[in-house]
Amino acid sequence: MLRPRIIPCLLIHKGGLVKTVKFADPKYVGDPINAVRTFNEKEVDELIVVDIDATRNNHEPNYKMIANLASECRMPLCYGGGVNTIEQLERIIGLGVEKVAISAAAVYHPDLISQAARRVGSQSVVVVIDVKTAGSSRRPEVVTHNSTRRSGLDPMTFASRVESLGAGEVVLNSVDRDGVMKGYDLELIDQVRNVISVPLTVLGGAGSHTDLSDLVRRHGIIGAAAGSLFVFKGKYRAVLINYPNRNEKDAICSSRP
Amino acid sequence: MIALVDYGLGNIQAFANIFRRLGIRAEPARTPSELLQADKIILPGVGAFDWAMTRLNESGLRETLDELVIQKKIDVLGICVGMQMMAQRSDEGTLSGLGWIEAEVLKFDTTLFKDRTHLPHMGWNDVTPTAEIGLFQGLDLPRYYFLHSYYMAPIKPADTIATTDYGIKFTSAVQSGNVYGTQFHPEKSHQWGISLLKNFAEL
Repeated sequence: MLRPRIIPCLLIHKGGLVKTVKFADPKYVGDPINAVRTFNEKEVDELIVVDIDATRNNHEPNYKMIANLASECRMPLCYGGGVNTIEQLERIIGLGVEKVAISAAAVYHPDLISQAARRVGSQSVVVVIDVKTAGSSRRPEVVTHNSTRRSGLDPMTFASRVESLGAGEVVLNSVDRDGVMKGYDLELIDQVRNVISVPLTVLGGAGSHTDLSDLVRRHGIIGAAAGSLFVFKGKYRAVLINYPNRNEKDAICSSRP
Repeated sequence: MIALVDYGLGNIQAFANIFRRLGIRAEPARTPSELLQADKIILPGVGAFDWAMTRLNESGLRETLDELVIQKKIDVLGICVGMQMMAQRSDEGTLSGLGWIEAEVLKFDTTLFKDRTHLPHMGWNDVTPTAEIGLFQGLDLPRYYFLHSYYMAPIKPADTIATTDYGIKFTSAVQSGNVYGTQFHPEKSHQWGISLLKNFAEL
């Protein structure tokens, strides 16, 4: 039986690991390699690592760091941040990364998705869709560059477009819920799930194992990703890498319909 | 020594790290002479079939690999696309495979699936060995990480040594003589994967 995936998402800023709230106020939470080693011990399902400086500062991906992360990871790794060309994407796969995420490039150069799917295969091409409620209508909209640019795109239309171009997975990331730890945006998730047939991973808002269970109860096979939940403990948000143990994970998975 | 075939694809370092912790000698092989030192071979892979075949064909290692696997019968383990490349052909591409095993690689036909299922097949799934021997020695109820939309269909049923359910029951590990393959990623599957790689080293 295929299981839902429970996925820590780590953000890299100035070489360190950070956690943001609504994409702002990055708080330093530790060293990326040490975090990966801790997550190895905890047998996590998968890991997403996003360099939040690369696109914003128009940097190349940091290949040395990616190679180090990939070789340390005893679980599959999805890397995102600053990937704009097929050459960059192929180089990252060559470093031993299972999946490469593109975000701004998927909005501004969508042909990269189809190119990448042909070369490395859809299974390794992930599109991260950052969504923020915007404008006077308060409608969800796709944003890029750490939520500093609005695209005018509707998330459902965009998700179905990236799927038809060959993306193998969509990561739906709610900017409004980032770091808030009060639950996923289940309504938005339902809407996106209904328009695509590739695997969906959701990020933004998870604050407890109950939030993960609620998601799995609703969607069965889904990627449940979280940042704050797996790096903070307690109401004072003390930094402590944590992850459900095998029994807790089985309990979360068993809530599937 | 286990040679990790380095043709620019797949996670060589992840295998190297696991074998180092196990105290088993494993080295990346980038040239025919490095490959000739091997008493076992791992052929990793991530990516589309034709892209992986092209990289392997251009690596300068193909001829030596064929010689070691076909003539010298050295044990080889193909992982993911590395396993698929050992077949004769694939629905995903137009290039010929290595043909080390009588098999073709097919795309999952989701119209045959009873449940609403997504492609790619992505995540942790149960693997049921036909017998708890060889690669699966001592592995009780193993689960592994999968990431693929195509699967190998061996011509001879006996070449299937493990199956997995995803819409259909498909072959998730094969063995034909000295040729072994896993569709899943043991190098990314925690203790279950480490045990399988140790078993391969100790065959």
